[in-house]
Amino acid sequence: MSGEGMLKTFCNGEAIGVSDVPEIALYDFLQGIVGLTGDGWRIASYFGVPEREGATLWCVLSGGHARLGALRSWVEDRMPSIAAACPEAHLFEREIAEQCGIVVDDHPWFKPVRYLRSLRRGHDAWGRDSAEEIPPGVGDFYRVEGAEVHEVAVGPVHAGIIEPGHFRFQCHGETVFNLEIALGYQHRGVERALAGGPHPATMVQMEAVAGDTTIGHATAYAMIREGLTGDVVPPRAESIRAIALELERLANHCGDLGALAGDVGYLPTMSFCGRIRGDFLNMTALLCGSRFGRGMVRPGGTWFDCSSDQATALQKRLEDAGRDYAGAVALLWDTPSVLARFEKTGRISSDTAIDLGLVGPAARACGIARDVRRDQPFGLYKVQPPPVCVEPGGDVMARAVVRWKESLASLEFIRDLLDSLPGGAVTADCGKAAGDRLTAALVEGWRGEICHVAITDARGKFLRYKVKDPSFHNWSGLALALRNEQISDFPLCNKSFNLSYCGFDL
Amino acid sequence: MADILIHLVAVILLPPLLFGVINRTKAAFAGRTGPPLLQPYYDLLRLLRKGSVFSRTTTWVFRAGPIITLAATLTAALIVPLGNHAPPLSFNGDMILFAYLLALGRFFTTAAALDTGSSFEGMGAAREVTFSCLAEPVVFIALLSLSRLSGSLSLSGILMHSSTTLWMTSGAALILLVAGLFCILLVENCRIPFDDPNTHLELTMIHEVMVLDHSGPAFGMIFYGATLKLFILGAFFLHVALPVRPASPLLDWLVFVASMLLLAVAIGVVESGMARFRLVRVPQMLLAACVLSAFAMILVLR
Repeated sequence: MSGEGMLKTFCNGEAIGVSDVPEIALYDFLQGIVGLTGDGWRIASYFGVPEREGATLWCVLSGGHARLGALRSWVEDRMPSIAAACPEAHLFEREIAEQCGIVVDDHPWFKPVRYLRSLRRGHDAWGRDSAEEIPPGVGDFYRVEGAEVHEVAVGPVHAGIIEPGHFRFQCHGETVFNLEIALGYQHRGVERALAGGPHPATMVQMEAVAGDTTIGHATAYAMIREGLTGDVVPPRAESIRAIALELERLANHCGDLGALAGDVGYLPTMSFCGRIRGDFLNMTALLCGSRFGRGMVRPGGTWFDCSSDQATALQKRLEDAGRDYAGAVALLWDTPSVLARFEKTGRISSDTAIDLGLVGPAARACGIARDVRRDQPFGLYKVQPPPVCVEPGGDVMARAVVRWKESLASLEFIRDLLDSLPGGAVTADCGKAAGDRLTAALVEGWRGEICHVAITDARGKFLRYKVKDPSFHNWSGLALALRNEQISDFPLCNKSFNLSYCGFDL
Repeated sequence: MADILIHLVAVILLPPLLFGVINRTKAAFAGRTGPPLLQPYYDLLRLLRKGSVFSRTTTWVFRAGPIITLAATLTAALIVPLGNHAPPLSFNGDMILFAYLLALGRFFTTAAALDTGSSFEGMGAAREVTFSCLAEPVVFIALLSLSRLSGSLSLSGILMHSSTTLWMTSGAALILLVAGLFCILLVENCRIPFDDPNTHLELTMIHEVMVLDHSGPAFGMIFYGATLKLFILGAFFLHVALPVRPASPLLDWLVFVASMLLLAVAIGVVESGMARFRLVRVPQMLLAACVLSAFAMILVLR
């Protein structure tokens, strides 16, 4: 059995019976993943469900023709690594090792991901004692030896107001040979809290997985719940969700373009975009009272409706903010000194991006047409997919241009939607969650593909709930973008990715 | 006597105002109100009232750095004529002292940075020294050219010789000198496009990263020293670029202050209009400044 034959295929947001997913022997399972990823599929989520004797490995792959595929296997305490043949699996394998206490043999860089204790009591992939403390970021780092090579360590406490993360550079003069990133300082135990759920607080917790991607993660969670209960979201709610998701994209892309300008010391665009970002956030607040969209999305629909007055006000505000935004960004493109900094900085080849499984604007800036809204359409995007904005180059410039093109597309998309909001209710009644089901929800957040996977037990409670923020893929991309770059360009490259620390640390 | 008193008062009180004007100009370009004009003074007062923290790995070099740097800059300020008034201190060959007083200040800033043993500050010190190696020749070539034009060997002599009539006779050389000196003014004072005084990103900074470990009054001294350096280099630059010399002493002082503020506005405009250079481009720009002043020298020697 090989290739697609070993997969149970389903659609984004659909629930399938756990028993329908073929259970495959470990070696065939790993072979299968390697074969499928070479065949146009990519890993959306790959995790273990810890049990007393070992762990069940689940892999959800995303493929063409709007299909998702799932397969599973069983592992006792060791498994061979496939990272050499399938680099995008490397961090997933480390995560499985950390969470399930499974040793991954021959892994090229076998280290913890978030510096946590395993979910299986008494099993630890690195043989650490259960009394031993596990401080984040402590351990071996990749080192370059030689004359004039020096090491620069940045963080976890930074000079700016950003989240904590540790960056270890191996430099030769001003040139970076290697960058290694250690995270885990923001771990809050999101997945652990979800076991046995959904709890009353779960929806609020999901909105806080990554504070700047509230709508993205909340939509993914709502899709999981709807998939399990079989609820159909009313069309009006689908439209409002899409508006909220695009507003979130606009606000963040606008903030990012401003911050990119700030990092090269170009103040006008920085200041204008900082203000306009606030305008977009206030539009979300107009809909639901929270600038970050807290409380907007609920399983079965949305908590807030959009009245015709609100729609008119939004149209007006969008027009104004869109005009200011265009002016601020035009300044950026018209300044040669800015372009000189953006162009050819932090380049990633499209081969590297494909190998690492990059997602979102970072992937699209490498010339890869990858967008969940088109590839695995969900909600309103099934009938009205926005254009995929692709830019070759893979440098900071390309990532900035992709953000701007997507902002334009989002502006037009929202204004179209506001003109043609369907009538009807915005919530559907929630049914009872089905038991022994697997469901996966993919959402294109502003950073890229958000993937939530839930497996329920016989009572319909979460046996395992796996959250994957797009940052999980893209941090490796940032590390590679820095190779042979000037260390002084790190903040610029970092900002051009603008990844989430808490979304990664969970 | 009155001129010397005014000189001292101007040197002590005016420099932070230039930073205030630059910040307000930048804010205006960015569509913001910006901080009050007197904010740099408030910042200085705040810093002077604070306590200091010294790392246990540092030695007396770290503590001496800000003091010596400020002292050197203050002494240099006594040699530069402000407007059409003789400075308190002047003798033949003091232009060499001027250049090396600034170099002494830089030496102790970098020494204090290296004393901390932090990798960031080491990087900053390396950058600072590399760039100043390229900036120093520009200053010397400019001094030589001006000295040749004026036939004097003291800073006040060569700077106060510059006038509108000199612009009529050797304008071409002066234009080149002004361009080279403006680059030096920006790079020596860590302004955009060479450095960003407002960045908080330790990996990209040049001057600011060297003083990361200083706090309280010591940091206040560094901050004040930076404004003072902008002030004296600005005054130097204005002698060459804008040699307006009214007859009345009072009017001359007013013209001097106004032209300094105008210079601050000009720096703010430059900073608002462009992004920082990539760090590898900075030496190239400095070489260009070198070449400009060398051409000026050739024109003068012709």
